[in-house]
Amino acid sequence: MLFNIAIKNLLGAGIRTWLNVFVASVSIFMIIFSSGMYSGMREHAINVSIDTEIAGGAYWHPVYDPYDPTTFENSHDKTPEEFKKIIENNQALEILVSQASIYPGGRIMPVILKGVSLNQSILNIPTKSLMNYRGQNIPIMIGKGMAEYSKLKIGDTFTVRWRDSNSSYDAAEGEIIHIMDSGNFKIDMGHIWIPIDIAQNILSMKGESTYVVYKDGIDDINVNSGWIKRDVQYLIKDMEAIIKQDRPNAIMIYIILLSLAAMGIFNAQTLSIFRRKKEIGTLMALGMHKRKIVLLFTIEGALNAVFAIILTLILFGPILYYFSIYGIPLPIDYSDMGLIIAKKLIPIYTPLLLFITAFSVFIILLIVSYIPSRKISKMHPIDAIRGKTTE
Amino acid sequence: MKNKQIIEIKNLTKDFPIGGDFFTALDGICLDIKKGEFTGLVGPSGSGKTTLLNIIGGLDSASDGIVKVLNKIINKTSHDDRALIRRKHMGFIFQSYNLLPVYSVYENVELPLIINKIEKDKRKKMVLDAIESVGLSDKINSRPNQLSGGQCQRTAIARAIVHNPSLVLADEPTANLDSENSHHIMKIMCHLNKNLNTSFIFATHDEKIMGYLRRIIYLEDGQISKDKNMAKPKYL
Repeated sequence: MLFNIAIKNLLGAGIRTWLNVFVASVSIFMIIFSSGMYSGMREHAINVSIDTEIAGGAYWHPVYDPYDPTTFENSHDKTPEEFKKIIENNQALEILVSQASIYPGGRIMPVILKGVSLNQSILNIPTKSLMNYRGQNIPIMIGKGMAEYSKLKIGDTFTVRWRDSNSSYDAAEGEIIHIMDSGNFKIDMGHIWIPIDIAQNILSMKGESTYVVYKDGIDDINVNSGWIKRDVQYLIKDMEAIIKQDRPNAIMIYIILLSLAAMGIFNAQTLSIFRRKKEIGTLMALGMHKRKIVLLFTIEGALNAVFAIILTLILFGPILYYFSIYGIPLPIDYSDMGLIIAKKLIPIYTPLLLFITAFSVFIILLIVSYIPSRKISKMHPIDAIRGKTTE
Repeated sequence: MKNKQIIEIKNLTKDFPIGGDFFTALDGICLDIKKGEFTGLVGPSGSGKTTLLNIIGGLDSASDGIVKVLNKIINKTSHDDRALIRRKHMGFIFQSYNLLPVYSVYENVELPLIINKIEKDKRKKMVLDAIESVGLSDKINSRPNQLSGGQCQRTAIARAIVHNPSLVLADEPTANLDSENSHHIMKIMCHLNKNLNTSFIFATHDEKIMGYLRRIIYLEDGQISKDKNMAKPKYL
């Protein structure tokens, strides 16, 4: 009975119902969209790292520690035989790492020199751009952030200085052949990328590498040389740690958005219910029990929530879907600030986010329908019938 | 059946707190009303007629005394029991109609039957009969904002009588209506009173209503000053 009356009340109220539903629907949309953006940002950082740096994982020289440049001097060796087959099959690539200095415009800048196989398709970095260089200098690829920081552009030449495996210092001219826009500051700032054969040659490390990056889906290799397998989980664990650290912030943002939505819905719903005092009084006069009146308005709130969820799907679903496919262009290049944030942000809506948001709004609507109707039902019936506003 | 008492009131007192003091709206009211009576509570503003009507209807409670309605001491029953009595045995007509604005005439009249859990098929017949009895069959799908004041009040009357109550309480039912509509409304209620044997109690100071009443109870300063049976009402 109450359900039928509630449906009748909601549909009969026309624009008032749809306004309430619209407010709730906009709230659901905003929460999902904002949280989706936040998730997208975090997911993008991991994806970019995997795409440009990690691939399916890596085997590291036992001494190698990317966060400790002093280990670079000793973290190289002949690439173990076990990896030769997957390297030949283009399922892995070698990278040789060394410390170096560059002297752009007479200034000294310490850098990490990385020799990389050029004809590779495992990492999404444009190594092939160095293949066609026919000049006498060392062909160098740097990142966009590095280029801006060091004020280098394509065609610029400068001295590159390094220490080879015999501890002898040597130097040669390098030339910027390509400036890549990877979106990953970890392979950009302070890095110069050169062909691995040149790196092996100048460092006197023939056939040597520091780590081998392999394609996703490669079976485990039984390594006897002591090289250590670093899978994706290991390689992204620092980012995961940052995300975990950031989780309270994400929850806080979600709660703030939800609270704002709750206040909006509460205002709309309370105003709507308080405008219906006379109706509540009339229902009392017709003999409806107070608790049933409260239940009726609570059911109306629940139905409002259901309508709001449906309206969100119809009205904002395509918008959410569009952004999840095509993304939202950001006005600023955050990579300049040392952040892995895409120029085009693609929100990610997880089923959990959708469920929790819909459920939260549902509960909020139940509460904000229950509280004012309970208050009104406690009014003196005569005051309610007269629609008195003094209670 | 006709002479069965449906209301017995003994020494009814109603006080309203005002500041730190009390205002006595009803003072020692004693009154009996029999089934099928067409009675008016008449008096100037503040005489206590609406308060008495509300107490009879169980919408308000007495400060002292006994109010027995349909064999139940209404001022000693719970809110839920009073709601049940109203739902089953009473109909209300208000000065400002109190129709639900989002409902059509049919839906407004149907509401007491839904609350009384009457089956849908039976409900439809009862609603259509009630609407026909007030002459609104052509407005069945109209909403209150599409009706005149008289039509709204006729809808309210249909809603009050649709579940065949023993008692209809009408608080200034013609106060918002013009003379022609007031007479029309009163004639409908006289007709229903005669046909359904439903008791009607009006709270009014409208002369036109008084012309239809068979019994007029005059209230003054919360007390019954005169209780008069009208042998020949003016308009009947």
